[in-house]
Amino acid sequence: MLNAFLFYFFAILAVGSAILMVTRRNIVHAAVFLITALLATAGIFLLLQAEFLFVTQIILYVGGIMVLFVFVIMLVNLDVSLQLVQFSRQRYVAVALAVVLAVQVLGAFWVGRTSVGAGPAQAIEAKNTEAVGQALFQHYLLPFEIASILLLVAMVGAVVMGKRRI
Amino acid sequence: MLPIGNYLFLSFTLFTIGVIGVLTRRNVIVMLMSIELILNAVNINLVAFSRYWGTVDGQVFAIFIITDAAAEAAVGLGIILAFFRNRQTVLADEMDMLRW
Repeated sequence: MLNAFLFYFFAILAVGSAILMVTRRNIVHAAVFLITALLATAGIFLLLQAEFLFVTQIILYVGGIMVLFVFVIMLVNLDVSLQLVQFSRQRYVAVALAVVLAVQVLGAFWVGRTSVGAGPAQAIEAKNTEAVGQALFQHYLLPFEIASILLLVAMVGAVVMGKRRI
Repeated sequence: MLPIGNYLFLSFTLFTIGVIGVLTRRNVIVMLMSIELILNAVNINLVAFSRYWGTVDGQVFAIFIITDAAAEAAVGLGIILAFFRNRQTVLADEMDMLRW
């Protein structure tokens, strides 16, 4: 009961702020609504008993990536762009295509609605962080190293892009 | 745990909103933010299935996706800054020249 209430609370919060993020004229407002949506998603993660991911989501997304976004929004001047049309010319075609995509996915849901039941009986992981660490550093060690190289490349790329004369 | 369909439907809704954002907005920063929303929706899917099967593999993949999102945001915002310094705009439909 409480689980369902919390799920719908976080879900409505996430969807509502996502819609507001896409439609707001002011970019700073959009960024704040994106932060709200990401925090609501963190709540969903907590409901799914992924505590490590919950903390990672808040620290990395809300604390790291969003600060980066707000930085860049402040660097490019937004007073001029506030007066302009916010949606591109193909918006009706784009919305129609998105509706087509939605109908397709809903059809897939409808077809597969019986095959997804209650799921296999699983023991609840008591130590989520430990389990994630075990999987990450034993079974997924190579992808982990590749991810670290990806981060190095991204760092070099960001530094090069940030140079004054490019 | 609620039926997994609820989580899948939430993920799908966020994904579609993100797609609409990428396709309709002119501002490149909002498009990047919509991409973050899409990646986030996929993460919900992965974590829901990880809970469904009782393993942590989906959560590990979600961590990798968050890493990718961080890398993408860093490089993408760097490109936007460099572009803005050269052209004084962040609108997607102004970005129509290969060199200037």
